[in-house]
Amino acid sequence: MQSPPVTSPPLDTIAHYETPEGVELSFAVAGPVVRAAAWGIDLAVRLVGYFLLALLTALLGGVGTSLMLIGIFLLEWFYPVFFEVHNGMTPGKKALGLQVVHDDGTPLAWSSALLRNLLRSVDFLPFLNMAGLVTMLLNPQFKRLGDLAAGTLVVYVNDEVKEFKIPDHPPLPPPEPIRISEQRIILNFCERADRLSRERCHELAALLASLTGTDVPVRRLMAFGNWFLKGKGGS
Amino acid sequence: MNQSQFEQAYRPEWQRFGQLLAILEKKSGAARKDPPRDNTVAAAEFPARYRRICNHYGLARTRHYSPALVDQLHALVLRGHRQLYKKKSNGLWTLINFVARIFPRTLRQNSRMFWLALALFCGPAVAVGIATYHDPLLIYSLMGEGQVLAMESMYSPENPKTGRTRERDAESDFTMFGFYILNNISIGFRSFAGGIIFGIGTVFLLVFNGLMIGGVAGHLSHAPYMVKFWPFVCGHGAFELTALVICGAAGLILGQSLIRPGRYRRVAVLRRRAPTALVLVMGAALMLVAAAFVEAFWSSSAFPPQVKFAVAAGNWLLVILYLLLAGRNTGES
Repeated sequence: MQSPPVTSPPLDTIAHYETPEGVELSFAVAGPVVRAAAWGIDLAVRLVGYFLLALLTALLGGVGTSLMLIGIFLLEWFYPVFFEVHNGMTPGKKALGLQVVHDDGTPLAWSSALLRNLLRSVDFLPFLNMAGLVTMLLNPQFKRLGDLAAGTLVVYVNDEVKEFKIPDHPPLPPPEPIRISEQRIILNFCERADRLSRERCHELAALLASLTGTDVPVRRLMAFGNWFLKGKGGS
Repeated sequence: MNQSQFEQAYRPEWQRFGQLLAILEKKSGAARKDPPRDNTVAAAEFPARYRRICNHYGLARTRHYSPALVDQLHALVLRGHRQLYKKKSNGLWTLINFVARIFPRTLRQNSRMFWLALALFCGPAVAVGIATYHDPLLIYSLMGEGQVLAMESMYSPENPKTGRTRERDAESDFTMFGFYILNNISIGFRSFAGGIIFGIGTVFLLVFNGLMIGGVAGHLSHAPYMVKFWPFVCGHGAFELTALVICGAAGLILGQSLIRPGRYRRVAVLRRRAPTALVLVMGAALMLVAAAFVEAFWSSSAFPPQVKFAVAAGNWLLVILYLLLAGRNTGES
């Protein structure tokens, strides 16, 4: 997840929520394409479910047919509800790293999961989720009708905690005053440097020729980063 | 304070908070392996620590510390937020409370929508019912010849299993139970969901079902079908028809919130009213399960019509008294 904006809200798909504690949470909202893919996977899982159901219940005669019909009913209406109440992820969403949450980021309650999935039958109209797609494109948080009524968001899960370490380097003050937002960009560069190739690092650092000089720009930036991080003492 | 001092000072707190989260995030199944004390301690310690972390996150952001640190704290705050504000429910009690109090109470609070749905359903049903009673051929303008034939054969005195088409003859009561669940509850759910198209879907389905049911009833109220038709349908009708109208009322609530949002945004009103509508749908779905049970196992039984009518009267009384009286006390809601 990208860090929240410093000044004006950017044109992107990050949804914000201010908690009662007065801090702002941000969620990366999932768009129509990835959600359609998740829906496709879920459809496949459900088809396999229908198939297994038919196979198992065929052995049981009249009661079996009854169980099959009830099973079809449950799979058709409650398959997503069950998974979304459990952890917010149907198998399709899980495979693609998506999760359904309330607008405030809390896990889904029964009522919201039921609402958004009962209304799926309208989102599907007139064919292949067209109503849902149009609604998603008409609002900034990609909500289909069910999401609007239930107050839910489909967001990217971000479980991995990135442990970036800024390489140690003797700190050095920059030759001219640097605004705090720009300091942040340099820090970001330092954190990501070991994920980039050496050539790319050099290329990026050399963009700031006026600041870093041209002989060892990457090391200069690292020195500045350490300066911002630790100050003169380098402690 | 620069970033590295900040990290050094507070990292132990972040790690402890991470441990607490790990304990609390374990699902109840896995948590049983731990000593239960662990969980209580974590829960007691949690809120104060969560507020500290929020504070740190806010500081890290306003001081423009490095993005990785801010992201790391954001992840902790998000997980904490999800733990602190998640809505809890205790399954069975919620269900009992729902059936005994919340559903009938919510229906009475929205009685205007119920009466409107009832009118939309019964108006066409009664009108078409009377019309087809006087002119049985009118049924052919509602449905095709094949459907009428199937309907007639279902309630023909020669059909040993009333209420079922010949192809379904051999199937047991259980099968029909499953069929009624799938078919009727799906119709109920769709009547509700259709309300989000500014009520149009709901109104359409209520009127459509009214026309069909009224037409069939009027058409079959003649010999030879009459002696079979009414004893069969009267028993489950109390649950089934009422539940369908309630689903319609729920859909109309969605429609109303979009058509007449008053001084609020449509989406806001929709969000506020949708949970109410959901209560009605879920209650109606439970009634439809009851209806399916009665229809499959009682309506098809061979008891004499007098018994059937007596039981049907009891069912109607039960449904009306339940919806009127249940949950009237001001106890826990």
